[in-house]
Amino acid sequence: MPLLRRLLQHKIAWIGLSLIAVIVFTALFAPVIAPHDPLQVDLMQKLQPASFTYPLGTDHLGRCILSRLIYGSRVSLSVAFIVVSLTMTISLVIGMVAGYVGGKVDTCLMRICDVFLAFPSLILSLAVVGILGGGLFNLVLALVASHWAWYARIVRSRVLSVKESDFVKAAIVSGTRRLPLMLRHIVPYTLAELAILASLDLSHMIMHIAGLSFLGLGIQPPTPEWGAMLNDGRDFFRGAPSIMFYPGLMIFIVSLSFNLVGDALRDALDPRTERRVQVETLTSKLQNG
Amino acid sequence: MVEALLSVNHLRTALPERRGGRRRREVEYHEIVRGVSFHLQPGKVLGIIGESGSGKSATCLSILRLFRQATIQGSVQLAGTEITQLKEAEMRLIRGRQIGMILQNPASFFNPIASIGQQFVDTLQSHQSLTRSTARSIATDHLAAVGLTGPQQLLQQFPFQLSGGMLQRVMIAIALALQPKVLIADEPTTALDVITQMQILQLLDQLQQQTHCAILLVTHDLGVIAQLADDVAVMYNGEFVEQSPVAQLFDRPQHPYTRSLFAARLSHRREGGR
Repeated sequence: MPLLRRLLQHKIAWIGLSLIAVIVFTALFAPVIAPHDPLQVDLMQKLQPASFTYPLGTDHLGRCILSRLIYGSRVSLSVAFIVVSLTMTISLVIGMVAGYVGGKVDTCLMRICDVFLAFPSLILSLAVVGILGGGLFNLVLALVASHWAWYARIVRSRVLSVKESDFVKAAIVSGTRRLPLMLRHIVPYTLAELAILASLDLSHMIMHIAGLSFLGLGIQPPTPEWGAMLNDGRDFFRGAPSIMFYPGLMIFIVSLSFNLVGDALRDALDPRTERRVQVETLTSKLQNG
Repeated sequence: MVEALLSVNHLRTALPERRGGRRRREVEYHEIVRGVSFHLQPGKVLGIIGESGSGKSATCLSILRLFRQATIQGSVQLAGTEITQLKEAEMRLIRGRQIGMILQNPASFFNPIASIGQQFVDTLQSHQSLTRSTARSIATDHLAAVGLTGPQQLLQQFPFQLSGGMLQRVMIAIALALQPKVLIADEPTTALDVITQMQILQLLDQLQQQTHCAILLVTHDLGVIAQLADDVAVMYNGEFVEQSPVAQLFDRPQHPYTRSLFAARLSHRREGGR
């Protein structure tokens, strides 16, 4: 895997990847790691400061903040992954059809895209959740609805350029069926760009989920979710700032690490940033004066 | 006279050209092939020669209906069946299986991210129901037939690992593996050096003798025509200006354009002088 090797040569990627690995690990083994049940209410222990039994203290209902953070990573990560993969699938199909078939189909699909692109994504997802109500399913739906158009655009533009290349013509000339032609000769060329966009977007998605949950439109309480936890802590900010501080820190760390990996991935996939290519370009420029 | 295998009558191809400002959506048609007719007998080679932009490649692409936006008129008959009116799905069965095509630039013919073997096998499997291993052995045989050494290893390699001449051979091998009745060779040797060009032409000649397929050979090189073709059509500005057996064309060129084509040949003597 030259791509993975190149990614690992990137020092910043290491930081991002290891942070993500730790978070994914805690999310997977949440029941083992978490010291308490995240839903267990104990009003005798409410708003406790950090102690040995409650490493990060307790919230206004006496729930362990650390446990809630750990369980919260499950929600954020899984929803973000589901949304990104759904968005990629939908936009791959739509972008592919628009780019390959062209003509009226293309115009129609792209105008629909324009409609979705015209709204800021937060407003659009707010509207969807507002109409359909909160909850996990509607949250996913809202996020997919507000993001697919960007991806579809990119897929389409990529398909348009690959479609005209000689090997696609050659495949048609040798009588290849339409579906294998698309899957084998066109789709692989769109994936690199989609992967970069998705990895950069994961952090955006996590913030988006937290944002909607903060507004009470996403994940419903008592399910532990970082954005919802921020909202819970609002009333107690003066007395117990840690209730808000820790979820905020988690959102920050996770989105930062996904961004770092996304940047590194872009560098790794872009041949122009490779040192060998840079040197070659430089020498050829020198030779040509 | 033997019945023609591929018979093209009054083929006209026009490409739409958008004219005027944004308001007026007037589409004007620009004809790039203007009433071309020819008949290709089984086992014969028809050469089409002409300068760049004269419509040689456009003729080939029109026969296989590869132009997306173009309007095509006239008739193209393959062994007596009209193929201009066929549905896209029926057309797919003809492409590759009945009419094969090899393109000008071997380097861009292949998908750079798939191995030679995979592309070869895919092509075979899109026309015949074959298992992977049978397809691979057929591929090996055909690669050996076009004079490539170590066909087994070749199947593992990627297009950018091979030279232009090797790729051209692979391309011919793939096209002929489907045993098409007609092979359209659109400038098969333009991208190659003279020695490789010679080898490829000999190979085409030899394979044509073996398989008895008819070849439509498009080129702008008179030498290539002299080497391979039985009949020659000279194309200029979308039309055939002259069509005759190769010996006759070289000995007694009729049309002034043909004569100027001959005059434009490169030679070591400075004819005319300065």
